[in-house]
Amino acid sequence: MSAKPRIRLPDSVTIGEIIEIKTLMAHPMETGARRNADGTLVPRLLLHTFEAKFQGKEVFRAALHTGTAANPFISFFMKVPGPGEFEFIWIEDGGGRTIERKTLKTT
Amino acid sequence: MTNRRNLIMGLSAMAAWTRCAGTAEAQGLPPPDLQSVVKTLVGDATPIGGRISLDLPDIAENGNTVPYSVRVESPMSDGDYVKAVHLLAPENPHPRISSFFFTPQSAKASISSRMRLAQSQEVVVYAEMSNGAIYTSKRSVKVTIGGCGG
Repeated sequence: MSAKPRIRLPDSVTIGEIIEIKTLMAHPMETGARRNADGTLVPRLLLHTFEAKFQGKEVFRAALHTGTAANPFISFFMKVPGPGEFEFIWIEDGGGRTIERKTLKTT
Repeated sequence: MTNRRNLIMGLSAMAAWTRCAGTAEAQGLPPPDLQSVVKTLVGDATPIGGRISLDLPDIAENGNTVPYSVRVESPMSDGDYVKAVHLLAPENPHPRISSFFFTPQSAKASISSRMRLAQSQEVVVYAEMSNGAIYTSKRSVKVTIGGCGG
């Protein structure tokens, strides 16, 4: 997995505000049931887990299965406890990980 | 003109469906037992209605990517929050779509994402509360061209 995820956070937030976090990760989300043009099965390759941590603590997590569309888009919410660092983690079948960090500044 | 378009759309939807159904079989996978999947997710609790709003298009032109959002009413306090939301597509070759796990810091048990639907069906959602209560809701979606929803 070399794709760079896209993450959208509000530019400026205040402590106690509830913010929406939008994430998009490029990935085929192969179900293992699809066939190539030559008829061979494409092996299953899913991102099976997405995790969002803030200051090292899990805020939100998703388990993704075959019914999740390719290039998984996930949007969720968090109440801002203060300024800090987000860590977003995507885990692929086979254990490959993509980790993206983003700093959240408060005013 | 309209007839011809309908016919073409109907044929391609049928082709997509046949392809999906065929591949699950060809792989020798057991037919997914929906009841056991539900039991794994929510245990023996009896689900009740209410609290959940599931937003999905009535008609999805492309089953490969169907946008949706789920919102569960909850105070999201330390003692009373939504622990998890599970989504199922019973008519897909494999019924599980995604599960989402919240914390009180989530503040809103609300998510948006995109699902795959192999054919027209009723999408089912379960919400698991911190006190163990299970809520459920469903919504039917008509799929014009099926995605191989795994």
